[in-house]
Amino acid sequence: MASAPSKLYADDVSLLMVLLDTNPFFWSSSSLPFSKFLSHVLTFLNSILLLNQLNQIVVLLRATIQAGGFVIKDEQLIKEGSGEGIPSSLLSGSLSMALCYIQRVFRSGPLHPQPRILCLQGSSDGPEQYVAIMNAIFSAQRSMVPIDSCYMGSNNSAFLQQASYITGGVYLKPQQPNGLLQYLTTVFATDLHSRAFLQLPKSAGVDFRASCFCHKKTIDTGYICSVCLSIFCKHHKKCSTCGSVFGQAQSESSTTNRKRKASDT
Amino acid sequence: MNNGEERRLNGEVEEDDEDDEETNGGLAAWERAYADERSWESLQEDESGLLRPIDNQSLHHAQYRRRLRAASTSRIQKGLIRYLYIVIDFSKAASEMDFRPSRMGVVAKHVEAFIREFFYQNPLSQVGLVSIKDGVAHILTDLGGSPESHVKAVMGKLECSGDASLQNALDLVHGYLNQIPTYGHREVLILYSALSTCDPGDIMETIQKCKKSKIRCSVIGLSAEIFICKHLCQETGGLYYIALDEPHLKDLILEHAPPPPAIAEFAIANLIKMGFPQRAAESSVAICSCHKEAKVGDGYTCPRCKARVCELPTECRICGLTLISSPHLARSYHHLFPIVPFDEVSLSLFIDQQNKLPKACFGCQQSLLGPGNKPSLCVACPKCQQLFCLDCDIYIHESLHNCPGCESTRHSKIPTANEGG
Repeated sequence: MASAPSKLYADDVSLLMVLLDTNPFFWSSSSLPFSKFLSHVLTFLNSILLLNQLNQIVVLLRATIQAGGFVIKDEQLIKEGSGEGIPSSLLSGSLSMALCYIQRVFRSGPLHPQPRILCLQGSSDGPEQYVAIMNAIFSAQRSMVPIDSCYMGSNNSAFLQQASYITGGVYLKPQQPNGLLQYLTTVFATDLHSRAFLQLPKSAGVDFRASCFCHKKTIDTGYICSVCLSIFCKHHKKCSTCGSVFGQAQSESSTTNRKRKASDT
Repeated sequence: MNNGEERRLNGEVEEDDEDDEETNGGLAAWERAYADERSWESLQEDESGLLRPIDNQSLHHAQYRRRLRAASTSRIQKGLIRYLYIVIDFSKAASEMDFRPSRMGVVAKHVEAFIREFFYQNPLSQVGLVSIKDGVAHILTDLGGSPESHVKAVMGKLECSGDASLQNALDLVHGYLNQIPTYGHREVLILYSALSTCDPGDIMETIQKCKKSKIRCSVIGLSAEIFICKHLCQETGGLYYIALDEPHLKDLILEHAPPPPAIAEFAIANLIKMGFPQRAAESSVAICSCHKEAKVGDGYTCPRCKARVCELPTECRICGLTLISSPHLARSYHHLFPIVPFDEVSLSLFIDQQNKLPKACFGCQQSLLGPGNKPSLCVACPKCQQLFCLDCDIYIHESLHNCPGCESTRHSKIPTANEGG
């Protein structure tokens, strides 16, 4: 892959990590058939390769059962068997893999292509992946890798909105799925350097309010457990997550227990 | 690639050595750069007498494994809400030039890096800065959550004079830390250059006072070990280390960035009222309460008193409510759910099952076979059994906090036919 003759990388050479959602649950019910979607994406990927001969593309397929351990480099295509499972895709796994791969590109030397991640997602968010996805987002933010996302589903994806907002990427939900190629080429094809000169879609109000653990309501003000940072909308006597008892009067029972643990260190 | 560079230096090293001996008296600045770098120290002799660069990578990795093991042996509660005072010794001992350019310059540089790292890892915590100069302790910045103001204060005032006084510093910090709420973890990190302390009273009393107030005091010394510092750290449960050189100092300081194990009696569990402000609309104009300037859009509105603030996390200037956003909380969660250390996989096992096991690192797809098709060292996640290279191991544990293998097989327990596609 580092076959570029001499490292002539300019600031507009990019490495595009494409995370492709191949969740059969979503694509069987989607208005845009998967084969059409794939042909849009392939045309888009070819156009990226045409933009600069040093551009590199890595595609990660992401099904429900197993996130793609298959990496497609440049134009060779491997299809992965996608299993059935819970109808939310493993965004966290493929994001983590993409970031590991990007770290390897960073390690390869001072001259490397500018990496960015593009999530093509259709299925809805899996709430159980929240912490893992947030970890990946912060790691991407730290290594200054923008996460672009193109969401094909019906409602907005809160995870992808946050990911793009925090990492400085672009979030887009195409109004006309049939014109996907045009959305992809106009919004996501440009390299990071050229983006500064373009008027790209702005994120319309990302909601950073938290939802409480007890009723899953979105709240303005709430109570945070000082031990495990669980969020509650009302004052409780005991934390339902970590079991700490709040307030001085009742803290004796819990402290003795934890004191013993702490003294082990 | 680092090795490659060092290998290139290989031939020149001996010449440099001679140069240094000849001119050791009055060195020009550029010459001193060679003398100080001690590039010959990063060489080792192999069996046949050839000079080779020290295998930094495996050394580095061994060090990291040790750190990881120490951190994960006891899965205990962590103090996530910290109130930390950094005490910097600006007595005349800080002008010593054994660190380049001077002790205080090096300390200031690393404190800056530490402050940024600290806030990255502890978004809900606060830091204050104290300097010791002329036997007196001064507050440089009050406890606060914005890294920029602290960094400005550190870099702004770099001069040193007089003696150091541990007692004055502790008294001052004690006065401030005593006021913070009980759920917070009180900590002091002292960067001490001097070899003595010039105190107005009995320092033992002050140490006991700190112990009683549950302030965890840690000291990083820049010269030699001092009894009183050791005593202080032992009494209050902190760490005491002496920095050997600059990289070591950096490691020691950064060691304080991740939250320490919490001692339950030190902080009482409590519910803290916090606000989750919404982003203000793009076009709205308001005067922010932090800079007292009119700003268009781009800000947050306190849900209780509707004051505008510029950035999160912060404390509302008007009503005192702690304002955060949900990503800030999420950033702390990985301290609570750390990922397990990976097991080092023995090479023989790897060769035996070579046909079965994947030959590439699961994270970065790098081949695990080193130069000459020899299998290099690799690690495996005990949960998902996927193999990773050493670089990914470090990245996964220190920055990503996700195991790509486990995340990719989240639902694999559900029995399904995997024949699709």
